[in-house]
Amino acid sequence: MAEAKAIDGRSMVRRRAGLRLWLSAGWLGLLCIAALLAPWIAPKDPLAQDLFLGRMPPVWVMGAEPGYWLGTDSLGRDVLSRIIHGARIALMVALIAGTITCVIGATLGLLAGFLRGWVDLVISRLIDIWMAFPPVLFSILLIAVLGPGLWSIIIAIVVIDWTRFARVVRAEAMAQGAMDYVASARVAGRGRLGTMLREILPNVLPTIVVLLTLEMGIAVIVEAILSFVNLSISTDQPTWGGMISEGRASVHQAWWVLVFPLITLFLTVLSFSQLGEGLKDRFDPVLR
Amino acid sequence: MADLYQIEDLRLSLADMTAKPLFGAAPRLEILKGLSFTIPKGAVVGIVGGSGSGKSTLGRALVRLLEPSGGAIRFDGTDITHLPEPALRPLRRRMQMIFQDPMSSLNPRHRVGTIIAEPLRLHGFDAIPDRVARALDHVGLPQSFAARYPHELSGGQRQRVGIARAIALEPDFILADEIVSGLDVSSQAQVLNLLERLVAELGLTLAFISHDLSVIRRLCQRTIVLYRGEIVEDRPTADLFADPQAAYTRELLDAIPLPDPAQAWA
Repeated sequence: MAEAKAIDGRSMVRRRAGLRLWLSAGWLGLLCIAALLAPWIAPKDPLAQDLFLGRMPPVWVMGAEPGYWLGTDSLGRDVLSRIIHGARIALMVALIAGTITCVIGATLGLLAGFLRGWVDLVISRLIDIWMAFPPVLFSILLIAVLGPGLWSIIIAIVVIDWTRFARVVRAEAMAQGAMDYVASARVAGRGRLGTMLREILPNVLPTIVVLLTLEMGIAVIVEAILSFVNLSISTDQPTWGGMISEGRASVHQAWWVLVFPLITLFLTVLSFSQLGEGLKDRFDPVLR
Repeated sequence: MADLYQIEDLRLSLADMTAKPLFGAAPRLEILKGLSFTIPKGAVVGIVGGSGSGKSTLGRALVRLLEPSGGAIRFDGTDITHLPEPALRPLRRRMQMIFQDPMSSLNPRHRVGTIIAEPLRLHGFDAIPDRVARALDHVGLPQSFAARYPHELSGGQRQRVGIARAIALEPDFILADEIVSGLDVSSQAQVLNLLERLVAELGLTLAFISHDLSVIRRLCQRTIVLYRGEIVEDRPTADLFADPQAAYTRELLDAIPLPDPAQAWA
C-alpha cells in the first residue's frame, strides 16, 4: 500500500472556519436569541411611553436615566428594548422571505439553465420583463394593494427578488450543464430530472447558499425601507426601519434614536453577506 | 466473429449557429459524411484524425450522445440510430465511454465511491460495495480512494477512476475518447498498459479515439483514419504503418516524433 501513503497531501488540507464565519454567525446567533427571548430579556416594555423621560441620552452620556441603556426616543420609549423587539420582525422577514425567494428563484433558474429550449425561453423572457419594473415602486404598489402587514412585506420581497436567484442560477446551471460529467451521467443511463437534481444541483448549491444569505440581508433592508416610508407593520410593533424613520426627525436633539438601530441594521446585513462567504469557504469540498 | 457495431452510411450534421441569418433556420454543417464500417466483437479499433476530422463526433454518435441525421447504427443487432432516450437506457449499460478530460467528467462534488456506484445503482446491480471495490482493484487504485473527491487525485488517478466507472458496469463496448491526451508521458504509459490489460482480461470491445498514431499503434489491431468527416483508410494497423495509402495518413505518420531526431535533421 505504498501508493496510498505516497500520494500528495491534497486530501489532508482542511480550511479553518475563519474569523469571518465566527463573527457573522456570532452576531446573528445573538440576534436570534434576542428575538426569541425578547419579552424576557428586554429591560423595558418597548411600547411604554413616558413623556417625562423623553429623549434621554445613553447611559455613558451626562444626564442619562439609569436603566435606559441606549437612551429613549421622543416619546420616552426605551431604545434598547425596541431594538430587541425589532429583531423579531427583521429576522422573520429575513428567514421567511429569503427562503421562499430562494426556492422559487433557484428552481426556475435551474429548470431554465438545464432544460434550455422553450423552458429557458419562457423563463428568461419572464425575468427580462420582471426586471424592467422599478423595484421600489413595484413593492409600494404591491403593498398598497395587499394592505400593510408582515405577510405583505414577505410577498413583496418574493415577487420582486426571485429574478435575482433565477438569473444567477440559470447561468451557473448552463455552465455546469456543458461539463462532461453531465454527458457521463447520460452514458450511465440517468434521466434528465435525476441528472438535474443529483449532478447539477450539488454544483450550483454553493452559489445558491451565498445568494440566500445575501438575500436575507436584502430582505432586512427592504423591510427597513418599507418601514421608513410607513408601509410596513402597524406602529404598535417596533421595527428597525420605523425607529430610523422616527429618529430622523429628532437627529439634532437625540442622535441615539437614529444611530443605534442603524448600527444594528448595518451589522446584521453585513453578517448575512459574510455568513454566506464564510460557509462557502468552510464547507465547499472543491475549495479545500 | 459477429459484429458488435454495424455502421452504414452514417451522416451527422449540426446547425451552424455562427452563420445563422437573423430570420430563418441556421445552415446545417456536415460533420460526418456517410461512414460505413463494422466493429467485430472483441476488437480493438483505433479512430484517428486531426482536429475537426469528426472523430469525437463519431464517438459520441456511437454511444448515442448525439443523434445521427442519416444512415444507421446497429448495436448487437439493434438499430439504435434514432432510439429515444428511455428505450436506449437498458442498452446504455452495455456501451460505456471514457472521457478525454477526467476533471470535467467526474462530478467534483461526489466522492470517487459514489461516482463508481451511481451507474451500478441506476442499472439495478446487487452487491454494489463489492463491485466498487473490485473496480478500484482492477484499475490499481487503493480502496481508501473511494472516500476521496476527484480534485484530491492526480490526472492519471482521475483517469483510472473514469476507467473504473466504465468497467464496473461490465459493458460489452467501451469508447475511449482521447483519454491520454491530457496526461504526462509516464501517466499515459500507465493508463495505456492498464487499458491493454483490462481489454484482454475482460474481453472488451474497444474503440480508441486519438490524434496520435503512436498511441494507436500500441493498442489497436485495426485503424480507421478520418479526414474531414470521411474514412480515408480502414485497415489493420500493421499494414497501415508499413504502407500508408492515403496522403493524409502519411502526413499523420510523419507527425510522429522520431526516437533519434539527429537522423532526420542530418
